[in-house]
Amino acid sequence: MNISEQWIAFKTIVIKEFLRFIRIWKQTVLPPMITTGLYFIIFGNLIGERIGEMEGYRYVDFIAPGLILMTVITQSYANTVASFFQAKFQRHIEELMVSPTPDYIIIFGYAGGGITRGIIVGLAVTTVSMFFAQLGIHDLAVLVSIVVLTATLFSLAGIINGVYAKTFDDISIIPTFILTPLTYLGGIFYSISLLPEFWQNVSLANPILYMINAFRYGFIGITDIGLWVSYGIILAFIAVLYGYAMYLVKTGHGIRS
Amino acid sequence: MIHRGLRALSLCFLLHAYMGDSWKCAILPDWLQNLRLYLSMTCALKITNLHKTYKNGFVALRGIDLYVEQGDFFALLGPNGAGKSTAIGIITSLINKSDGRVSVYGYDIDTHFAEAKSCIGVLPQEFNFNVWEPIEEILVNQAGYYGIERRDAYRRAEHRLRQLGLWEKRHEIASNLSGGMKRRMMIARALMHNPKLLILDEPTAGVDIENRRTMWNFLTQLNRQGATIILTTHYLEEVENLCRNVAIIDEGRVIEHTGTKALINRLGSETFVLDLEKKVTEPPCLDCHAVRVIDGSTLEVDIDKGVGISDLFDNLNHMGIKVLSMRNKTNRLEQLFMQLVDDRRQP
Repeated sequence: MNISEQWIAFKTIVIKEFLRFIRIWKQTVLPPMITTGLYFIIFGNLIGERIGEMEGYRYVDFIAPGLILMTVITQSYANTVASFFQAKFQRHIEELMVSPTPDYIIIFGYAGGGITRGIIVGLAVTTVSMFFAQLGIHDLAVLVSIVVLTATLFSLAGIINGVYAKTFDDISIIPTFILTPLTYLGGIFYSISLLPEFWQNVSLANPILYMINAFRYGFIGITDIGLWVSYGIILAFIAVLYGYAMYLVKTGHGIRS
Repeated sequence: MIHRGLRALSLCFLLHAYMGDSWKCAILPDWLQNLRLYLSMTCALKITNLHKTYKNGFVALRGIDLYVEQGDFFALLGPNGAGKSTAIGIITSLINKSDGRVSVYGYDIDTHFAEAKSCIGVLPQEFNFNVWEPIEEILVNQAGYYGIERRDAYRRAEHRLRQLGLWEKRHEIASNLSGGMKRRMMIARALMHNPKLLILDEPTAGVDIENRRTMWNFLTQLNRQGATIILTTHYLEEVENLCRNVAIIDEGRVIEHTGTKALINRLGSETFVLDLEKKVTEPPCLDCHAVRVIDGSTLEVDIDKGVGISDLFDNLNHMGIKVLSMRNKTNRLEQLFMQLVDDRRQP
């Protein structure tokens, strides 16, 4: 396959993924919008007014970037894990396996689908946020790059989960028991400077903390962690996850007998 | 001179031992590579010493060799679990082989996987599509995986769907189709990139007679247009009607690899069923033929190969027995297939 044919194969997978989640928008786009709206009403308006300011910003404005990025994380992950597992379960992954599409294009394509869903649902949630919070843009380049990189990272993680998953339960274990706790403890609702030193250090082991802080910097210009450290951590995770996903697909783990 | 030749030969041997075929691509000039490719092109599929042992220790293939010529209509037969689907899985890269070599139109599936895969269209035994996708989309996406532009893919999908009588259903999601329609849709999908080699794993399983015959005509037409077809099926009349060559696999080994006609000619005797005008109480005495009465107006006659059946009718006529119709008791190939498999399994 030459480069232009590979590009067509990549586009095909992304379009197929886009149509898949848009076809079921009531399950994929609408629920996160409602959930985020509820977060804003409860934590932003009802409780947030009693909390006052956080790092010099209204509480609702402080939590808005985290809530948006949380949606990007869960949606990009959910898209690839569900889609890859479904493709294995219904065996239509074979359509790709018998074709000359290289393994890395399969990974890029699925990740592209996850990134697309993460960004589209992220934009939908941002629209909801605007009804509650005053969102200004401090650094557009940081905002865009962090969203894309974060969505990439979790799309790749979703592919790996999808490769290993054997039952529908297996695709919900990691989001429920690992992703959600790490996201909530990643500084969406608070600044880690409020924590005792020990817990501040523990929090630094949470990769999501770096993403949320960098993303918050893009909106309001404050962060607990250096921007380049965040980029470094995210890129390192992407490299490791991509390498591992490639290894799994190349060896046919869970796909080929 | 001899010394230099020997040195070159030993270098080739070492390279081959360490790098398989890939060294030839790196060292040989283009024209020699093309010549090599052209010479191997007459062969659509070549399988050499193919082995497969699954992780649970089950040995599915024990070193099979197969050769399918370009333009052939080839049948791959065998009882359930014989290794047919494993062999097809390896050819189409859905199963990792344990050992051996497979080349498709001269392209080794290990060293030239993209070229080899581009030559193959496959219809698997089980449904393997997204049941929630409209069928036109399934076809267009499949074309995309082969690097075909979306606009061109829509044109091809229209052509194939019309050919297989599914155009009106193009916006339906696949789960709404009947079993026969799903099979036809999968054939259309396998043909989206105009493959040179079409592998059909039980394409007519669960398909009604009318659809089966339509499918036969379609496949015959494809074969006449130059496509090489490999077919696995349990309907042996299908093989007798369609295929020129046949291989029989049993317990992971090829036990027969020959022309369909040559195989049928090996049959020692055939059993015919004769429907009579009037009832008979005892089997008529016929030289050279074993005769049994089934239900008075039906006879079963064993006729040895080489013995003309016109004598049979003459003799019956002399006895005043009029035959209304005649048919084979079982499909001839089926009879042979059972014989071959049984012979092998007897201790």
